[in-house]
Amino acid sequence: MLAKSSSAALRRLFDAVGPVDAVGIEERVAKYGTRSIKKNAKLWGLKTAVSMVDLTTLEGKDTPGKVASLCRKAVQPHDADLDVPRVAAVCVYPAMVRHARRALGTGTGVKIASVATAFPSGQAPLETRLAEVRAAVADGADEIDMVINRGAFLAGEFAAVQDEIAAVVEACGPAALKVILEVSELETYDNIRAASFLALQVIRPGDFIKTSTGKTSLNATLGNNQVMIDAIRDHYLDTGIAIGMKPAGGIRTAKQALTFLVAVKETLGDAWLTNTRYRFGASSLLNDLLRQLAKEKSGAYQAPYYFSEAAESY
Amino acid sequence: MSRLPVTKTPKPYVGGAFIRSESGRTYPLADAAGAFFAHLPQCTRKDLRNAVEAAAKAGPGWAKRTAYNRGQILYRLAEMLEARAEEMTAVLVRFGVARAAAAREVAAAVDRLVYYAGWADKYEQVLGNVNPVASPHFNFTVTEPMGIVGVVAPDAPSLLGLVSLVAPVIVSGNTVVALASEATPYPAVLLGEMLATSDLPGGVVNLLTGFRRELVPTFATHAHLRALNAAVGPEDAKALRLGAADSIKRVRIAGAAKPADWLSAREESVYAIRDFLEFKTTWHPIGA
Amino acid sequence: MPTLAKKTPSRPASRPGRPAPELIFGDLWPFDPAPETADPKLKPRYDLFIGGRFVVPQTGKYFDSINPANEKKLAEIALAGPADVDAAYAAAAKAAGPWARLPGRERAKYLFRLARLLQDRAREFAVAETLDGGKPIKESRDFDVPMAAAHFFYHAGWADKLEYLAPGRQVAPLGVVGQVIPWNFPLLMLAWKIAPALALGNTVVLKPAETTSITCLKFAEIIQEAGLPSGVVNFVTGAGDVGAAVVNHPVPAKIAFTGSTDVGKIIMRALAGTDKKLTLELGGKAANIVFDDAPLDQAVEGIVNGIFFNQGHVCCAGSRLLVHEPVADAVLAKLKRRLAVLKVGDPLDKNTDIGAINSAAQLQRIRELVAAGEAEGAELFQPACRLPEKGFYFRPTLFSGVSMSHRIAREEIFGPVLSILTFRTVEEAVEKANNTAYGLSAGVWTDKGSRTLKLSTELKAGVVWANTYNKFDPTSPFGGYKESGFGREGGRQGLLDYAKLT
Repeated sequence: MLAKSSSAALRRLFDAVGPVDAVGIEERVAKYGTRSIKKNAKLWGLKTAVSMVDLTTLEGKDTPGKVASLCRKAVQPHDADLDVPRVAAVCVYPAMVRHARRALGTGTGVKIASVATAFPSGQAPLETRLAEVRAAVADGADEIDMVINRGAFLAGEFAAVQDEIAAVVEACGPAALKVILEVSELETYDNIRAASFLALQVIRPGDFIKTSTGKTSLNATLGNNQVMIDAIRDHYLDTGIAIGMKPAGGIRTAKQALTFLVAVKETLGDAWLTNTRYRFGASSLLNDLLRQLAKEKSGAYQAPYYFSEAAESY
Repeated sequence: MSRLPVTKTPKPYVGGAFIRSESGRTYPLADAAGAFFAHLPQCTRKDLRNAVEAAAKAGPGWAKRTAYNRGQILYRLAEMLEARAEEMTAVLVRFGVARAAAAREVAAAVDRLVYYAGWADKYEQVLGNVNPVASPHFNFTVTEPMGIVGVVAPDAPSLLGLVSLVAPVIVSGNTVVALASEATPYPAVLLGEMLATSDLPGGVVNLLTGFRRELVPTFATHAHLRALNAAVGPEDAKALRLGAADSIKRVRIAGAAKPADWLSAREESVYAIRDFLEFKTTWHPIGA
Repeated sequence: MPTLAKKTPSRPASRPGRPAPELIFGDLWPFDPAPETADPKLKPRYDLFIGGRFVVPQTGKYFDSINPANEKKLAEIALAGPADVDAAYAAAAKAAGPWARLPGRERAKYLFRLARLLQDRAREFAVAETLDGGKPIKESRDFDVPMAAAHFFYHAGWADKLEYLAPGRQVAPLGVVGQVIPWNFPLLMLAWKIAPALALGNTVVLKPAETTSITCLKFAEIIQEAGLPSGVVNFVTGAGDVGAAVVNHPVPAKIAFTGSTDVGKIIMRALAGTDKKLTLELGGKAANIVFDDAPLDQAVEGIVNGIFFNQGHVCCAGSRLLVHEPVADAVLAKLKRRLAVLKVGDPLDKNTDIGAINSAAQLQRIRELVAAGEAEGAELFQPACRLPEKGFYFRPTLFSGVSMSHRIAREEIFGPVLSILTFRTVEEAVEKANNTAYGLSAGVWTDKGSRTLKLSTELKAGVVWANTYNKFDPTSPFGGYKESGFGREGGRQGLLDYAKLT
């Protein structure tokens, strides 16, 4: 895997993966938003979305205490009577992995994901980034969220981008990998599709591709989600290798999450409607999902401060 | 002792060549004084069909010419007519037009050609559009020629009527199969000789001589003729429209009622060109 | 390291002993029914609308309008007789002078009012349209009704700017116009017809299609609410004989017809001996051409939108798919997967993608042509979707292996049936696309700009959609070449067809 990618083979990357029409894809995803999700479908969708959340805190001011609190929320998002599943994972900086491991213990099923590789910019020497990955895995991370080298991609050094991803795969060992394309910096759907394939070709079944760090102006949108799940579908039908998808950043409401799930249902099908293949990288989304679930149960619209860890205090 | 002149066998101009009727039929033509002039081909429906084939062959190349080039060729035709204005005037006079009126008619025909020559690279800018649609698409409407257009010229003015019906049709890249004035067909034959020397590709304008009652039904129903530009009376107009229905053919019954009206500036209009254009609207997304 | 250099799979996904990977579009997350509940405010009985009033037909007769989704009666519609058509034209003729003389800016304000009132009652109209015609509520809600309002808005603004319409000439109204519209976009076709006619100062007698008269007669309520002068717009309802009476009446200066090519020819003959102007918007058999460099997933969306929009009851439907051979298998596979998630059923359900076929007669015609396709040896594919037991429904259908001589490649099916052909070169694509008596629309999918422009030049069609399909806008002229009719609707070109040049 680590053999240097052939530049000649990758030079025609865009021809090989085919173009994306921006207006067309936005028309397609607009239709997902017109799906009307009611009653049982809504309950199932909301709970499934909860189970897909990578509950995230990625701030300079993160502390062991904050992470521990996040972990408790991950294991029990709300009162037991709401019958809410646990979230998929907590997502923290590498320095917080051991605190998360301590707080979660083992056997909850909630994974620990860590952003590594000089997140969010990725602007550190490769060896430094790989060392960070190894350290996070050693501290107990189940999953690594890496950033690709956007600078190299935009400079046309596709082989370098792919080789670095392959190197991180190797460094992950048993941990699953999520490859962050940082779509807002790739700008075009054509670039997002091409970068998706660069990653898809060297990652393993059970790994993910992911939209964003959440640290730039534009994060997960239905459009870039669609480009990436189209790529995952094409790769799966081509090779039989099933890769997961994680939109991250900007998904704050239950309605948004349901629309993303409709996109998954209608593009990748039932086999991707599970947290082993689809995740939401989010923090405030979880409470809105809970709020809607509580509303479905009680019939009454809920105040935000009914839910723990709420950011809204008004 | 006077020299015996060599008389010309009049032949209509079809497919860039001067033809006889495939039927071998002719009819005698007398001049205004009643003197024998010549035998003219009495073109048949098969001649019309052949002319349509010639027009179909010439059409794609003509339509692909640049507008600038089509304009130049029409202007060149005006030059040819101007250069032989005396001859054309004399012909009109021989067939009964008063000399002053004949000179006016020839001059008007030249001017009409110049008028439409000038439109060649402008009508698109007047008739076409970019349309501000309410979606992220670039949307524009352009004109295109319809294809082969049948022309039925008025009896009088035989030259100006024919030129007025043909010029706005061909300027946009259409090709023409025209039936010359039944009463005075010879000016059309002479015009054909000028066409042949005007850089106009063969087959773009095809001129038939013959009888309306014989050819109108075929003009009406020939499905490959996509439009008709006819200066005819109500009965022929109805016949043309009835037949045109079978292939949803566009029919324009030319307006001028009195022969003198053909001289009017009303006969010079971008809307005469428009009547033989299709509008095509293209949508394309705007996205990176 | 897999190479990216070719489009074909770099390694076969199915290996000996292992099935090819396939996606599962099953019942893990079914959508619950989501019916639109807005009240369509239907009356049990609709009279004719003549001279600004609802009037009992002089025939004394009414016919039923049924909901094609469940075959239940929705309302009774007045059956107009010749005397009613006379009365409608008399009202239109009486109104013509004052309406034409009204200052353009005042006419404009009436049109703006109509647009606004339609927007105010948009959801009600959408539900009525869906009940009467069978189209999915999301189309009537998101397309038909807003687009109808947009047409009134666009043309309203023209009414006082007509001196800019025809450079070098003055324009004047024609007088009274007779209009006959089809059942596939009842309200939208009404807007396409009425808005430009009124903006230019004409008055109108319009006949909607027999099976879809309700939104037309509801629009009469809006005309009353807007205070439009009596007789400016008149509606007569009934079947083909009423249409013939509208067309053949001596009063109108122009006839505008949208419908089948066969009827268009009949109308042309009927008008042959008259001075009436005529515009025809007729049938189509559009080619939708997909090149190997196209954005394939968006092309598949465009193909689906091109043929399954409004159950394929669209004259410009992309009913002939021409696929470049290198991607033919890929496109067909993607199409089949896309069809697997189309929802066919109750038009009032907000999640329905394909609703009911408009009438039993139309369903019969679709069935007949599909049977012909099978008999002629084309390969049929239909997704395994459940259809409602009552009502007129037809599964979305793909025919592959179609050749140009097949009936399903030449005849307008006017249903959710796509005929797939392949081509090898640009020239072959153009030849096949143009090898039809129709010429309404065409689609081109390619990533190469110069190729788009070449095809848009060479395709003999009035509308060319490049990397998109079935897009409409009031500013964008619509209409056909060849036997798809003449004249345009929308934009400057369409408006001019309602003008006399002076």
